Parts: sequence; structure tokens; C-alpha cells
Amino acid sequence: MKKSTLRLSAPAKNKIFTYGLVIAAYIILRILISGGAVNASLQGMLVPICAYVVMALSLNLTVGILGELSLGHAGFMSVGAFSGVVFAIAMQDAIPSAPLRLALSMAVGAAFAALAGVLVGIPVLRLKGDYLAIVTLAFGEIIKSLINNMYIGIDDAGMHFKLLEAPALTGGKMIIKGPMGISSIAKLSSFTAGFILVLIALFVILNLIQSRSGRAIMALRDNRIAAESVGIGVTKYKLMAFVTSAALAGSAGTLYAMNYTTIVANKFDFNTSILILVFVVLGGLGNMWGSIIAATALTILPEALRQFSDYRMLVYAIVLILVMLATNNPTIKGFFGKLFHKRPAGEEGAAQ
Amino acid sequence: MSKMVSVQRQAMVPERDAGKSPILECIGLGIDFGGLTAVDEINLTIGRTEIAGLIGPNGAGKTTVFNLLTKVYQPTRGTILLNGIDTHGMSTVQVNQAGIARTFQNIRLFSALSVEDNVKIGLHNQLPYSMWEGVFRLPRYWKREKEAHEKAMELLSIFDMQDMAKYRAGSLPYGAQRRLEIVRALATNPGILLLDEPAAGMNPSETAELMYNIRKIRDMFHIAIMLIEHDMNLVMGICEGICVLNYGKVIAKGAPAEIQANPAVIEAYLGKKKEA
Amino acid sequence: MTFLSYVINGVSLGSIYAIIALGYTMVYGIAKMLNFAHGDVIMVGAYICFYAVSRFALPPLLGIVLAMLVCTVLGVVIERLAYKPLRSAPSLAVLITAIGMSYFLQNMAQLLWTANPKVFPTAAIFGDKTGLGLFGGSLKISYVTIVTIVTCLVIMVGLTLFTRSTKMGKAMRACSEDKGAAQLMGINVNLTISVTFAIGSALAAIAGVLLCSAYPNLVPTTGSMPGIKAFTAAVFGGIGSIPGALLGGLLLGVIEIFARAYISTQLSDAIVFAVLIVVLLVKPAGLLGRQVREKV
Repeated sequence: MKKSTLRLSAPAKNKIFTYGLVIAAYIILRILISGGAVNASLQGMLVPICAYVVMALSLNLTVGILGELSLGHAGFMSVGAFSGVVFAIAMQDAIPSAPLRLALSMAVGAAFAALAGVLVGIPVLRLKGDYLAIVTLAFGEIIKSLINNMYIGIDDAGMHFKLLEAPALTGGKMIIKGPMGISSIAKLSSFTAGFILVLIALFVILNLIQSRSGRAIMALRDNRIAAESVGIGVTKYKLMAFVTSAALAGSAGTLYAMNYTTIVANKFDFNTSILILVFVVLGGLGNMWGSIIAATALTILPEALRQFSDYRMLVYAIVLILVMLATNNPTIKGFFGKLFHKRPAGEEGAAQ
Repeated sequence: MSKMVSVQRQAMVPERDAGKSPILECIGLGIDFGGLTAVDEINLTIGRTEIAGLIGPNGAGKTTVFNLLTKVYQPTRGTILLNGIDTHGMSTVQVNQAGIARTFQNIRLFSALSVEDNVKIGLHNQLPYSMWEGVFRLPRYWKREKEAHEKAMELLSIFDMQDMAKYRAGSLPYGAQRRLEIVRALATNPGILLLDEPAAGMNPSETAELMYNIRKIRDMFHIAIMLIEHDMNLVMGICEGICVLNYGKVIAKGAPAEIQANPAVIEAYLGKKKEA
Repeated sequence: MTFLSYVINGVSLGSIYAIIALGYTMVYGIAKMLNFAHGDVIMVGAYICFYAVSRFALPPLLGIVLAMLVCTVLGVVIERLAYKPLRSAPSLAVLITAIGMSYFLQNMAQLLWTANPKVFPTAAIFGDKTGLGLFGGSLKISYVTIVTIVTCLVIMVGLTLFTRSTKMGKAMRACSEDKGAAQLMGINVNLTISVTFAIGSALAAIAGVLLCSAYPNLVPTTGSMPGIKAFTAAVFGGIGSIPGALLGGLLLGVIEIFARAYISTQLSDAIVFAVLIVVLLVKPAGLLGRQVREKV
């Protein structure tokens, strides 16, 4: 007999807190902005922060809830960014209302990213652990490489698509110009749009987690063999989590892209995927409000470190390493554990 | 893929099940791992409401038999009939839906989730609604979740575990974890329940309670139960039919009294005289 | 003839990938971690050699040895400071730490050596660029290419012998099977892991010199992409397996050169990664990897 203390399972009470956190942050920032208390550089970061928050939330669904490591999440962001912006440019005249065009573009971005999620997920999700991780990494690089060499133009005859070289257009204009990406994007994104997208992402993820499908997904994470033994199909639920995650990343990509006038595929590379993974890990696996805070703090941090100029990325790297050491080394963790009474490291050990 | 098969029945099922078709039959079941035969020539018949025991020394292949029945491993040879339906080619998920549920020797709970959620995951296929109904909280979500909560509490009450519903499964004491695994398996509404060493790590009073509860489950749900166990008091106390494995093969089958008197069984457990 | 020269170029590039992949695969085999900073150790090695040869006019061989020494120390120090405290932590935490270390090395290099590209002194190390002319001069192989391929073969044979027959090599294999059991048998696990990092890092230095000799453009991020690709090569061949690293590296190099030559330069990376995905789908543990069955 092993003696262990009973503990309450956490998620339910966090839900209200998480929504509250986001709404309060939005309201406070709105007040500060109207009072002129927010400087231009921070104001300019609001949309990217929202986009990264949604990225972190969606990746947390894959890594924290589904329990599969993905190193290519920026690939979905890229698919969403480019498909969403192409849609927005193509529909510039057809849909005059800017907010509606932005919303529909995000939906298109989400749909294309979801499609990419299905295409990648079906063959790939049967791989395990590090192999899945490397394949998602490969996928991210493939997406980057393809979009870098993709040319899409539009003229009276409709859309023209070509790899490696520009298609011949009769009049009209080029939208995606290979490695030059898309330029002269109409800047449709706003802080409010970003805030709404964060709320949507939270709504989808938190409601999914606390439903039959979400429980099935977490069951697969905790113990695949046991989950199968109670009749939960592996592929269906892995794919469900993966595709939902991809779709949210896609809409975040659209939001992000529409905040700039120019967007290139190299923006969404391996380093971006890693950056988002860092948000998720630092915020805590499966912990949604943790992801929100980590994504926000780590997007602001390099800016805040601007005074260190050349040293700022170095400091960032050191902070990253020290935080990982402080939160995961048993000795150091035990020290903080005594201070804050957090859950001990050997959680799984209780089942032995 | 699955077809009805009728075979010669080996009369080992309890009398009350005699008129009915058996819940589970194995015919010539075997599996090889990389050319090495792990278990072979397993022939079993389990009655509708039988409590059966699968015993044998360590490494005899008992858990492998469970893994074959639940398709964690696909058998190399032989046939498994579940409710008269050939399970050939079925996956673990499919045989569970066809009526087999199990527990594991090394406990496999969803340890980060609550006790109630563990049982609700067992109810997964009993109370279905779609992902979208869940995300948008449509009426069927509320209805099914309410049913799932009530059903989960009802199942937990078998072992008097309602009070633990909100705790993390991984934080339960060992015995409670074993009981929760049984509840979770029961939630899938099986025709036969496979218990892999349910009394492992329990003290005598807990074991006695478990014996009572295993009988209670059989009587409440009218299902068959097959268990692997090393505690001979438990096995001889509640099993109606016992099958003894050694080196991957059945060396004896029969009622507890017959097994206890069987020289091959005694030899398998104690070794030949010169060794003992 | 052009086909043959593509094959040779592919094998040469593949040899570099293989040497880097060895570092990944050995560390993964023993510490069960993806050492993302490995690619940046390559870069450090290349910089050391560059400064030794170009700025301080040391003999090339001394430059290479110096690079190996510095990288060995660097590898061991990184392991001791950043990875060892996390031996029992979740693998994701170690992964993030490795990524942090990778950022650290890149930014450190940028501070120390600036982001301006350095032209690697290939000629000073390997003599003139013309190399060997075969078939009456219709097929030219540069000395770098020859040295690269030979070095890779020597390293492979050496490492195989080392892990097979030396005491430390056997300790490494024991640790990669079961660290706990190895410890109980009196093997110094920490020392073994340090030695693994030392060997991997020394090899990274060699790979860095060879890489920059073949593609003489040295910047602080030089190591990233070859690092990722070599990691891919290690997975391709079956991570944890030394022959797998060789096979994966060579295949990856040849595929990359062929894709560049016959399909498209710009899409060559996409093609390499697509082949990786297909291989993993057919052989989920890589070409020479072992599939581990989960005990139920």
C-alpha cells in the first residue's frame, strides 16, 4: 500500500478566472489607451500579442491536452496567414465592410489551416513522441519552402497559381510573389478583433476540454492503451484535437498578417514554432491562462529589454534556461515547493 | 468480417448458464513473438454469468491471454468468439464495443483527470454526442452530461466511492485505484469483464471486500467475469471454473476442488518433488 | 559524368550530415534528449578554426585541434550546467532548455564575432580549390570532398570499434539500454554522459570545419539549418543507431543534391523533408531503428 494524499482536480475553477483575466486585460488596456497612458510601441504590439496568445492556446491543445509534441505549429499559422490575406485581397471589392472581410478572411485562414491539419494529421498522427515531433518540424519547413516559391496572381480570368515562377496575367495583379511574399496588405486587424479571436479560441478550447470529446482526447494523452480498452478510437480524437488546433492557428495567422503591410513566408519558420512552444511550456502544459500570460510576457520581454540592445536576445536565452532549471530541477523546485505548496514532481509515481 | 460460428461446446459453464450460448469462446488461440510461441492452444468457454479464474505461475502467459482477448495483440492462430461473433480482425476499440472490458495489472488510469471523468470516459460510447454539440453547449450536451454524471455516480457507489468523484485519479490510494479501474471498465457496459490481478497489493480485509463486490457486480449486471489472480483464497472462493496456464498452455481446467487436487497444477506451482 | 559528380557531392554533403547526426544520435541514445544546441556547437567550432587559421595564422591542423578542444569543453560544460540538473525532468523541459542554449550560443557568437559573414579559409586548410581531376579532367573532385568522405568513414569505423570494444563504449551502450541498471552495475552514468557529449561536440567541431570548407560562408546561424537537417538524418536512419546516422546522413545528402540538380534548388529542402515524412510513415522508427513494444 502506498500512502498518498487526495487532491482535487483543477480545471473547472480555472475557467472563470481565465475568461476574467482576458476581459479585464482588454478593458484595462482600452481605458489606458483612451487615457493616452499606453505608448506607441506597446500599442503596436497589441495585435501580435493577441495572435501569439491564440497560437499558444492552440498549441497547448496539441501539446498539453493531446500530449503530442509539435515543432511545426508556425506552418499552420503561415497557411492561415497567406490564405486569409489572399482571400481578403481577392474580395476587396466584393466585401466592402472591413470587419466582415477580416472575419471571413480569418474563417478562410482557419479552414485552409484545418485542411492542412487533416492532410498532415491523417498519416502522421500514428507516429509516436519524438518521431511525431520531427515530422511536424519537417511539415513546417515544407510549408515555408512551398510558400516561398508560390506565386498567385489575380486578373479578370480569376486566380492564377504557379510554383517557382510568376504566372502570366492579362492585366490584374500579383498577390503572392514567391520569397517576396505579399505586399501592400490593407491593415484590417485591430486590438478588438484580436481580443475577440482570443475569446473564441478560449471558448472552443475550454468547452472542448470539458466535454465528451475533450475527455476522450485527454484519456489518450494519459494512457492510450487504457483509452482504447474503453472504446475510444485513437485516430478520430487525435485528429480532432490536431485539426482544431491547426484551425485556430490559421485564424491567428490571418490576424497577424493583416496587422502588417508586408508578409513573407520566412516569418513563420522553425524559430517561430519554437517560440510558441516556449510560451506553452513556460505557461504550463494544459494550463490555458498560463499560456496567455506566458505569450504576453514573452512577447513584451524582448521589447522591454530593448535598453540592453545587443544583449537582449542573450538575456532572453539566459532567462529561458534559468526558468526551465528553476521550475524543473527537483532540488530547486522542492525549495519553492515548500514556499508555495505546489504539486510534487513524482505525480505519476503514485500509480506504481 | 465477423460471422456467426457455431462450434462444439465444452461443457464447463455453470449449470444456470447451460441453456444459453456462452459469452466467450476461444478455440486454439495462440500467439508467437518473433518466432517464439508465447501462448498456444488455448481453448476456453465462459458462461453468461460465470466467474472464471485464470491462474498459473509467473510468466505463464495469463496477461498475454487477456491481451489477445482484448486485441492489444492480434492472435497468430485460433478464434475468439464473443457472443458468438468472430472477433477476427477487430481492434481493441471494436472488441470493447462488442462487449469486452478489462482492467490492467499495472494500473492504467487517466491519472491527471478526476475520478468522475475516468468513469465518464468509460461511458464514452454509451452516451454519445458530437464535438460541436459539446463546444457550443447544445441541448444534447446538457442532457447527456447530466445522464453521464448520474450514471457515473451510480457506478461509483458500487464501491462506495461517490465522495472521491472530484479527486485526481492519480492521487487515490492504491486499492481505490484498482477499484476505479473496475468501475471504469463496467461503465463500458460489457458482457464480460476481465480483471487482471484485482487484489494485488490489497490487505486481507480489502480482498474479502473485493470478493464480495465481484459477486455483487456479477449479480447486479448479469455479466461474466474472468480474473487473473495469485491470491488463491480469492480464486478458490469465488471462481466457478478455473483454467490453469503453464508455459503458455492450458494444463488443467475445472471446478476449484478439481484444480486443487490436480497433480499437474501442484507440480506447476511447487515444482517437482526433488526441487521442492 | 555530371551524374557521378552529383553523387560525389551528395555523398560529401551527406558525410557532413552523418558526422553531425552522430552527435545527435549518441546523445539521444544515452540522455534521451534532443540536443538542439548541437547545431550551434558546429558553428562555434567553425569560428574557432576560422580565427585560428585566418587571424592568428596558426597551422590548419592546429586550428582544427583547437576547435575540437574548445567544442569538447563547451559540450561538457553545457551538459553539466544546463542538462544535468534536468536529468529527471520531463523531456519537454529539457528540450526547451536545449533551445535556450541554442539561442544563447547564437547570440553569444553574434556579440563576440558580429553578424558579418566571414569567408572561411578553405584554401589555407585544404590547398588549392581545383582538386583531383579524374577521367582526363572531365570529373573534378575537390580535396575538401575527398577529405570529408574519408574523415566520415574513419570516424564511423572508429566509433563503431569504440562502442563495441572499449570499456567506456560498453558503458555507453549499457546506459542507453537502461541507466538505472547500468548504475547498479557500477557504471558512472554521469561520466558516461559527459564523455558522450564530449565526443559528440568534438565531432561537431570537425563537421563545422568541413561544412564551412565546402560552403565557406560563416555567420552565427550557420549551424542551425545543417543541425536541423542532420537531426532529420539521424531520425531518418533510426535515432540512437550509429550505422543509422551514417545511412541517414548519406541518403539525405544525396537526395538533397539530386533534388537541387534535377528538380529545383528552391524546393530542395521541401523535397528532403517530404522524403523524411514518407520514410517515417513506412518505417516509423527510421530505417535502422528498433521498434519498441509497449508492455501491457
